[in-house]
Amino acid sequence: MAQLRFEGLEFHDVGPLSLLVEPGECVCISGPSGAGKTLMLRAITDLDQHQGNVWLGDDLCESIDAPTWRRWVALLPAESGWWNDIVGPHLEGVGQNELAQLGFDVDVMGWSVDRLSTGEKQRLALIRLLAQKPKALLLDEPTAALDEQNTQQVEKVVEEYCDRTAAPVVWISHDTQQIKRIAGRCLRLSDGQLLGVSG
Amino acid sequence: MKVIPLSPPDLAVVSLLVIALAGLSAAMGLGVARRILVAASRTVVQLLLIGMVLKALFATAHVGLIAVVALVMLAAAGQEVIARQTRRYSGWWGYGLGTGAMFVSSFAVAIIALAVVIGPQPWYAPQYAIPLLGMLLGNTMNGVALGLERLTQGAWQGRSIIEQRLMLGYGRSEALHDVKREAMRLGMIPVINSMAAAGLVSLPGMMTGQILAGSAPMMAVKYQILIMFLITAGTGFGIVAAVSLGARRLFDERHRLRLDRLTAVPLD
Repeated sequence: MAQLRFEGLEFHDVGPLSLLVEPGECVCISGPSGAGKTLMLRAITDLDQHQGNVWLGDDLCESIDAPTWRRWVALLPAESGWWNDIVGPHLEGVGQNELAQLGFDVDVMGWSVDRLSTGEKQRLALIRLLAQKPKALLLDEPTAALDEQNTQQVEKVVEEYCDRTAAPVVWISHDTQQIKRIAGRCLRLSDGQLLGVSG
Repeated sequence: MKVIPLSPPDLAVVSLLVIALAGLSAAMGLGVARRILVAASRTVVQLLLIGMVLKALFATAHVGLIAVVALVMLAAAGQEVIARQTRRYSGWWGYGLGTGAMFVSSFAVAIIALAVVIGPQPWYAPQYAIPLLGMLLGNTMNGVALGLERLTQGAWQGRSIIEQRLMLGYGRSEALHDVKREAMRLGMIPVINSMAAAGLVSLPGMMTGQILAGSAPMMAVKYQILIMFLITAGTGFGIVAAVSLGARRLFDERHRLRLDRLTAVPLD
């Protein structure tokens, strides 16, 4: 039960940005490409150098060891990385239920990574991330390569995770229908500023 | 047995072979003709110079002078390591990394060999110290250059996977683990291979030299074994040190991948 908060966040020529995401809240971020949405998520998870402070609950980012911080405030990148030949070794501790929620059965563990479609990679990357039980989620267009049905499944899985764990979510999306379905609030990042979007 | 002296005309004859090779390369458009000639000239000039330096050095055997020569050799090896990198560490790290690793490993191994094993009087006697250090530095330089090149290239090409691991909460050493291992392995393979092939495929240079100079073969063999073990240890430890330090430098204290610390060198 912790809120995600940042103040005076600056990276490259974007910012300063401030935001508070309540426990269990889903905030959508949209904006033109190149505005720095991805960079913002990378700064929050402390993968890039940045100015300003980020807190998860009472814990300041710099006061937590970096790998632990990234497991807590977990980023799902737009393009996931896979280093083993087959899927299995990437998904340690993932059970049948987690796989079934996003439409896979246990066979997937033996699949070759090279033969996964972009959409399959995106869904498996989400399963991999949630298996680490993050305390906050940063999702970079997690449904960009998915069809309607899979998109809604992903939304449902994330929603259930947040209800269960009260994790705050920052979700980058361009899809206005999707934003309406999932977001408590929607913000727009452009010209280096985060602005509220009404409606 | 006395060594048969070589005269300048003797060397002129073999230099014709190199010139012929350069001519052939030019005719075939290999683009290395110039380089062959420049490198061959450098061989002549550099070896003549070092011959004169050694002559003076052997005559005086002054410890300060020996130290100066040793440091010049180290500096040249450090420069050579940098010259072979396609992505160099920015600032002092670029030079310091390879040079520091070579200094620690080569000098330590050379001193152990001189003081503990061979035991000349005094232990820094230049007839032993300089050639020994030269062979150690030459091989360590190759290994370190190869290892660092593989490390920086591997990190660059695998950056999305390394960052993915960081995102999943891996620490910097886990995130780079396979790249690091591969770089160390690749750097060590040449010395391992040369141990394995010694005597079967090739008669090592030093042993050949000693035999040509009239040493008994078994004496030359024992020295060669000593040298190969020293080279393997010196090269191996040098690579481990350079690659470990280099790998650490690719990340900052917050375990971020910092490829901005590398500068790409345009290929010519």
